[in-house]
Amino acid sequence: MDFGFSQEQELLRATARKFLENECTSEFVRARMEEPAGVTDELWKKLGEQGWLGLVYPEEFGGTGLGFVDLTVLMEEMGRAVMPGPFFSTLLGGLAILEAGGPEHKKEWLGRISDGQAKATLAWTEPSARWDAAGVTTRAKAAGGGYTLSGTKLFVPDAHLADVLVVVARTSDGKRPEDGVSLFLVPKGAKGLSVKLLPTMDQTRKLCEVKLEDTPATLLGVKDGGWAPLERVVQRATVALCAEMCGGAQKVLDMTTDYAKIRIAFGKPIGSYQGVKHRAADMLVDVENAKSLTYYAAWAVDENVPEAALACSMAKAYTSDAYRKVAGAGIQLHGGIGFTWEHDLHLYFKRAKASEFTFGDATYHREKVAQLIAL
Amino acid sequence: MDFSLTPDQEAFRERVRAWLKTNNPVDWQRKVGSSDVPRPEAYEFLRRWQRQLFDAGFIGLTWPKEAGGQGLTFMEELILHEEMAVAKAPPILNILGVGMAGPTIVAYGTEAQKKRYPAKILSCEEIWCQGYSEPNSGSDLAGLQTRAVKDGDHYVINGQKVWTSLAHIADYMMLLARTDPEAPKHKGITYFLLDMKSPGVTVKPLKQITGDPEFNEVFFDNVRVHESQVLGEVNNGWQVGLTTLMYERLALGFGLQVRLRITLEGLIDMARKVEKSGRAVTKDPVMRQKLAQLWIDTESLKYTGARAITKLLKGEMPGPEASAGKMVWVETHQKLQELAMELQGPYSQLMQGSDWALDGGTWQYTFLRSRANSIEGGTTEIQKNIIGERVLGLPKG
Repeated sequence: MDFGFSQEQELLRATARKFLENECTSEFVRARMEEPAGVTDELWKKLGEQGWLGLVYPEEFGGTGLGFVDLTVLMEEMGRAVMPGPFFSTLLGGLAILEAGGPEHKKEWLGRISDGQAKATLAWTEPSARWDAAGVTTRAKAAGGGYTLSGTKLFVPDAHLADVLVVVARTSDGKRPEDGVSLFLVPKGAKGLSVKLLPTMDQTRKLCEVKLEDTPATLLGVKDGGWAPLERVVQRATVALCAEMCGGAQKVLDMTTDYAKIRIAFGKPIGSYQGVKHRAADMLVDVENAKSLTYYAAWAVDENVPEAALACSMAKAYTSDAYRKVAGAGIQLHGGIGFTWEHDLHLYFKRAKASEFTFGDATYHREKVAQLIAL
Repeated sequence: MDFSLTPDQEAFRERVRAWLKTNNPVDWQRKVGSSDVPRPEAYEFLRRWQRQLFDAGFIGLTWPKEAGGQGLTFMEELILHEEMAVAKAPPILNILGVGMAGPTIVAYGTEAQKKRYPAKILSCEEIWCQGYSEPNSGSDLAGLQTRAVKDGDHYVINGQKVWTSLAHIADYMMLLARTDPEAPKHKGITYFLLDMKSPGVTVKPLKQITGDPEFNEVFFDNVRVHESQVLGEVNNGWQVGLTTLMYERLALGFGLQVRLRITLEGLIDMARKVEKSGRAVTKDPVMRQKLAQLWIDTESLKYTGARAITKLLKGEMPGPEASAGKMVWVETHQKLQELAMELQGPYSQLMQGSDWALDGGTWQYTFLRSRANSIEGGTTEIQKNIIGERVLGLPKG
């Protein structure tokens, strides 16, 4: 048994940390928060050169051909740097093309995504904010050999930047809501497609409203067979998100312990007081357990073990609570300075909040765990 | 990352499983009682059980061969404890000897000591207890006041220990006593191997919250110990004692997660049978949340443990991370026992002996017993100090 990272993975971690410390400073993050793009062309190009934009896609389609444990390492470091921009949304779009698409679509898009020429996203949830198949009400109509889509998508990450949107739509009303769901490719600027950037609490993560009105679309994969690949995409992306959350939570813990060692109150460093020390210990436990469950989930999706769905839900339930608690404790232990705009803590606090409600919060995933252990 | 076992480890698991299938005594719990530490009438039974395990080569797996062990890794130790938990096998009676005294003697002992003690620990011929805590020094262990005064080639011991599990049946004690009252408190302590049959040793049982006398007070009245019974250097007992504690968290940690999982499955079984407002507890959305969270916490303990064992197998020593594991286990187990009461509602008031009691009232006992978890083996507050200071590097108070 070896529940640790390989030398190559440790090297990837060191490389990513150094790269992001140079390229993704606090000043950089704050500048990106102020503008819609969320990333610079320069950074995006460098991410591509590192092989990180296509990390988990097979080499035959232009990717780097690594696994989700490797992605976990990278996402942890990106979370540590609260890296802004469409990395995660492009991962979502790319994974959807990988899981659902035929060779022609994979060839068309995954190479371009991997080398930084194309960005993608996944347009799934709607104003009902449901994570189940019944939430998919956007209609797909067959039209002249292709399809047109009509409906409203909400909480779509970085749709305003995406060159291609993978849209989840209903092609038929089967016995079960899962039966009639299909995935479609909609290119940027398609007829009847309107994208509106929304003001969000976490400005490092841009969300959009996407409206489709008889928008022409290309079927991705099998008609009525979109739900199963979508579930796989979401499961895998959830693991990646958890890893990013773990990295952010670890950074908050690091910032907080550093501060508790130097901040003097009543003549002593505040970290010497048990009120502070014990809360820091609680933070460590939250971070470590979140990592353990996340690493296990990453291994489980890589190995495709039957327990993968359970592992993902356990990780997301735990990590959602953990990051929120850790980020909140970080602000508390910093005192007033932690509440200021100037300090970076709020970036992590807001990212924790945004991540908590992406792909289901702790309550949602605990219920999933309950179902999966046949309660 | 790889969760698979080597062929040798798989074979070892099969061997343990097969052996337990043949040798695991049925219905032993009725004889032993529901407590973590057994009732007196069960001691002979448990001595024989450990002897049987020893003869089969399952005791002292990680001990070096010279000391009578098997020279295997912590992976085999983990496998053994997992299989014993799954098979609901009886506990190892001399766990303090096997898990703590033995490894410490192997690490610090003289040749004579290493020859004399470890083998009889493994075979359960000699049972050990731990003389650390005192009425006025529990968490502040280094403040202990039991005195050992040099008199010729002997030391004369006076003082008292408390919360001493197994003292009433133990043959030997790992005793920490103060040899230099002038030195700073960590520097004046010596570690003795004390024969419990020495004149002047008095053991009194302590009845606890459950009603069972699980541990004891031990009094020393001019107890004479020969200087050859010092383990390690005189006045270096603190260092030696810490080694023991490190092994304690390891030794007692193995199998805890699996036992927790089995307890949780038992709780879920009960939850299916108990109704609240006309439906099974497992159909109640709030209770489902709580049970699922317990499941997640229990699993997190497993994987955090797996990360720690990976470190061990790579030759890194167990560090203060063990404190985090202990703390999480405690919190999860206490939460579980609280939930066992909550889902029984008014029935949680009924103890063993009532026909109305659910699951024979065993949860009431384990619920009460679980209150000790956050105190014994280092309180949760002390664990948090250890994490804060030794893992996070925060300054001492």
